[in-house]
Amino acid sequence: MTTHSIKWFWFASPHTFYPLAGAIARICAALALVFGIAGAYVAFFVAPTDAQQGEVYRIIFIHVPAAWMSMFIYVVIAFWSALGLAMQTRLSAMMARALAPTGALFTFIALWTGSLWGKPTWGTWWVWDARLTSELILLFLYFGFMALQAAIDDRRRADRAGALLAIVGVVNIPIIYYSVQWWNTLHQGASVSFTRAPSMAATMLTGMLLVALAFWMYSIAVALTRVRCEIAEAQ
Amino acid sequence: MSEFLAMGGYGGYIWGAYGVTFALLAIEVIVLRKRKREAKA
Repeated sequence: MTTHSIKWFWFASPHTFYPLAGAIARICAALALVFGIAGAYVAFFVAPTDAQQGEVYRIIFIHVPAAWMSMFIYVVIAFWSALGLAMQTRLSAMMARALAPTGALFTFIALWTGSLWGKPTWGTWWVWDARLTSELILLFLYFGFMALQAAIDDRRRADRAGALLAIVGVVNIPIIYYSVQWWNTLHQGASVSFTRAPSMAATMLTGMLLVALAFWMYSIAVALTRVRCEIAEAQ
Repeated sequence: MSEFLAMGGYGGYIWGAYGVTFALLAIEVIVLRKRKREAKA
């Protein structure tokens, strides 16, 4: 137990983390490119035209993975924030801060692609539907987190304030996820479920998973590089 | 080729979604690369 915890703190020290993060970031960046190209190939050349929606449904291959990432990254930020508050490790707060811009980016992409999909299929760019509204609140939570961090000069206090906001805001994640069940929304239900039999063609699922993997690898590479920048700048 | 780009009449929506996504990710990478160069200098 003791040696184990020592090791974790050893990794939590920015000094040892720096070269390790660089190696992981390079591998993830390469994988992101490979998965991205494979995902785009499936999205445009393998997946068949949808019988009801025609070609426009191909937006799903970005929309759904981006929405997954937007929620997942927020949960990871809340996790690092809680760990940072509990353990007082500098690196935890750094990870939370490094992930926020990428999380906000994916939230915007989810909203943007949803809007471009909504116009031809629903006839409107935007509705104040529970799913869309809770996802917009997520974008504001990201902005709030980043603005709060930027507004407080004292790094320690900024990290504590940001962590509290991130942890409180995490209640919005199940709201987004279950919004399509709890409220009568225009947005369709979950595309992929662990409990139901797949409701979509296997090729569609493959394409979405490939893009999701690409986004994952991209996010890890970008966040780790951002932490490395911060460590280098602090010296 | 032009048929592929037209996407059955939905080209604007599809390329608008894919194009903006790709552009935003590319911008994030470019900004970060610049920051990395300056941090090392």
